[in-house]
Amino acid sequence: MTITILFFAGLREALGAGREALTLPEGMANVGALRAHLAARGGVWAEHFASSRNLRAAVNQDMVGLDALLHAGDEVAFFPPVTGG
Amino acid sequence: MPVRVQTNDFDLTTEVAALRQAQGERNAKIGAIAVFVGTVRDLNEVAAEARGVSQMTLEHYPGMTERSLEKIVGEAKARWDIFDALVVHRVGTLGPLDQIVLVVTLGAHRGEAFAACEFIMDYLKTQAPFWKKETTPQGARWVEARDGDDSAAARWGIEPQADAAGAASPTAARTKGSGPASA
Repeated sequence: MTITILFFAGLREALGAGREALTLPEGMANVGALRAHLAARGGVWAEHFASSRNLRAAVNQDMVGLDALLHAGDEVAFFPPVTGG
Repeated sequence: MPVRVQTNDFDLTTEVAALRQAQGERNAKIGAIAVFVGTVRDLNEVAAEARGVSQMTLEHYPGMTERSLEKIVGEAKARWDIFDALVVHRVGTLGPLDQIVLVVTLGAHRGEAFAACEFIMDYLKTQAPFWKKETTPQGARWVEARDGDDSAAARWGIEPQADAAGAASPTAARTKGSGPASA
């Protein structure tokens, strides 16, 4: 299945990417598995996805934890803690 | 429950008048209007290296931003007896002293209007997907989330921004025990 991943703020700048379409490997069921998959790319990806500290996630525009399940067509976003207001 | 995300500045008087007007006959029942305006400071947070902020850039997550602000206003209206609320949040490039965010709550009495207004801001600070980047003479940097924002949200029973692991973050552990008085 294919999902869209979005990156924001400092994370977007560090990765040099704001969006990508990704076809998930078989059996990748949740946000935590996706995080590990991105970390395995190495380099700057490993640096930002190896730990969930200071990493926030949303699925279909709702904030979620790593156990949130993924479905085909989902919009998954990763970003730093928010600082608006 | 109007919410708006915009690059343009806002005018407090115009916004309050429009929100009142939209109440129709209920306008006459309004006895309290609470207003919060957040503005850009010209010094950043880190006292040890205090330095001028020449520019503030606000990024957001289009779609999720509006959705989260609507959820926040909906929650405020469910918790307090207010007639309506307005949130206007600016994005893009702002300068020192510029207005960033406006929250207006309308109610019959001040207690509910004050509380709802404060709740909306505390909730927004930890849940709405905005990110600030400061430009100083020494360069640009992303503003870090403050522990105080989580403890301010916690007094309303709002969970701190959990790390993506979903477990309590170190921030959450540190803020335990700090009650409303310290927020």
